[in-house]
Amino acid sequence: MLKLGVPSKGRLMEKTFAWFGDRGVSLRKSGSDREYAGAVDGIDGVELVLLSAGEIPRELAAGRIQLGVTGSDLIREKLAAWETRVHAIAPMGFGGADLIIAVPQAWVDVETLDDLDAAAAAFRAKHGFRMRIATKYHRQVREFLRDNGVADYQLIDSQGATEGTVKNETAEAIADITSTGETLRANGLKILGDGLIHASQATLFRGRRDVWTDAQRVTLKELESLLGV
Amino acid sequence: MTRLIAAEAARLIALFEGEGARHVDADILLSAETLLDLYGEDIRGRAYLTSDPFGGEMVLRPDFTVPVVQMHMDSEADPARYTYAGRVFRKQEDDPSRPREAMQVGFEVFDGSNPAGADATVFATVADALAGLPVRAATGDIGILMAAVAGLKTSDTRKAALMRHLWRPRKFRALLDRFGGRTPPAPSRVALLAQVDPMADAAPTIGLRSRAEVQTRIDALRADAATAPISGDEMALIDAILSLDESCPHVLSSLRDIAVDLPVIDGAVNAFAARLDALSAKGVDVDALSFEGSYGRTSLEYYDGFVFGFYAAADHYMPPVATGGRYDALTARLGAGRAVPAVGGVVRPDLVVALRGDV
Repeated sequence: MLKLGVPSKGRLMEKTFAWFGDRGVSLRKSGSDREYAGAVDGIDGVELVLLSAGEIPRELAAGRIQLGVTGSDLIREKLAAWETRVHAIAPMGFGGADLIIAVPQAWVDVETLDDLDAAAAAFRAKHGFRMRIATKYHRQVREFLRDNGVADYQLIDSQGATEGTVKNETAEAIADITSTGETLRANGLKILGDGLIHASQATLFRGRRDVWTDAQRVTLKELESLLGV
Repeated sequence: MTRLIAAEAARLIALFEGEGARHVDADILLSAETLLDLYGEDIRGRAYLTSDPFGGEMVLRPDFTVPVVQMHMDSEADPARYTYAGRVFRKQEDDPSRPREAMQVGFEVFDGSNPAGADATVFATVADALAGLPVRAATGDIGILMAAVAGLKTSDTRKAALMRHLWRPRKFRALLDRFGGRTPPAPSRVALLAQVDPMADAAPTIGLRSRAEVQTRIDALRADAATAPISGDEMALIDAILSLDESCPHVLSSLRDIAVDLPVIDGAVNAFAARLDALSAKGVDVDALSFEGSYGRTSLEYYDGFVFGFYAAADHYMPPVATGGRYDALTARLGAGRAVPAVGGVVRPDLVVALRGDV
């Protein structure tokens, strides 16, 4: 049996169901609407597992599910050296969102990461602490800023309403997911010109195959040919 | 194996004690505040952080240097030598096959009276500890690059920016190329400075960074745009220092040549010469000792003078068997106004045992 992990609620679930449905594989919730059990029609040997999108990376890496649909941003955030642990089978063309760095629009002097670095140095000298960047994507932001030579900042954990942290003076800048940038603008923020960390979208991943059975391998081939990926 | 490593650690401690070091210990769980202040977010990628209900963020010690420096700065002892042994913990975010904990035995010398002599003592003692093993030594001197940057004929702002990124070679290079006019300023910068008053249409200020701070930076950018590029000659001299890669006596001769055009490095070059003399006096064969101008620039940024490492000659994948260097600036930052010139090194007893098995 191949276990396919799919986000258990909301638009991501509906769009995933539609994406598979368009390709002749029908995924649906079985039983009542509140139950997290699923059924698969159109192919044998695939079992639907409904999970929180944030848990799918971990379950894939642990081998408890063999396939999973989740945002590519979540895979990068939750799995160190993700390329060696999971494989992207197909980008699915929805759930698109950019992980970006944004600063106040009032900072007319800051348009690039180099500007951010210089502003951070001056900020630290003046205020006595490192410039705070609010985010929940710690790993990706830290790696991105390190690779781009930005120093003198600190990450502040923010699990929600991140765009409001600057106005509330708990951070000076943010790193967050945005699709249209509207919420950012409404909160007086702008995206740095070279501040795109990752363009994320819903993606079908598979875990490492080294412990797979022959039957699982055959099922994956069949599924891939049905899906045309 | 564990027993062999413990025996090797004991041998190293005895050796360092023989050089007058006092055997000290350090906590495994340290307050994260100091390390975060020193290294910023990068430490989270390299060390294990956890939280204490009362003490706030704590870190499993990633090295002994910081706690030993703190201990020394709190004591009034001066000069002093210390040795210690224990595990250090490093988070591995890229390569799960690399060890997360390793044994280190260290030797630290806090003594400002004779820096060249202290450098030589630490290097020669570590070299003696590894005598007979198939290792090669690499050395460098961050102080020479610092002196060269400090002596550039350009604005203090530019020098400070270069100095701040001395330990980030790629960013340092990008800055140097920009200050030298080799790369043009970003289009957004040009557009900003083309405005008579860039603040005229600025959005209302939100957050702690004030309008005045933005204006201050714009003024600084205008001043920088009006600053002449660092000359090609000076750029070439920095490049020459960074690309030094020869035996120590040849490097000394090259540095004397460079110093003719860049006399500000005279002091640092004299210190290098004095160190070579002190090393020779300790029986180190400096003619065979290699020196790299860029060595030590990618480590955690506390070495600011002499730096060295010992590597397995036949195994390029083995981490360095021993590393060390001078960290005067660190003692100043941790010493609340007091600074003590300090130099030290650590040996990995597990790697010594592994290498000895190969001999």
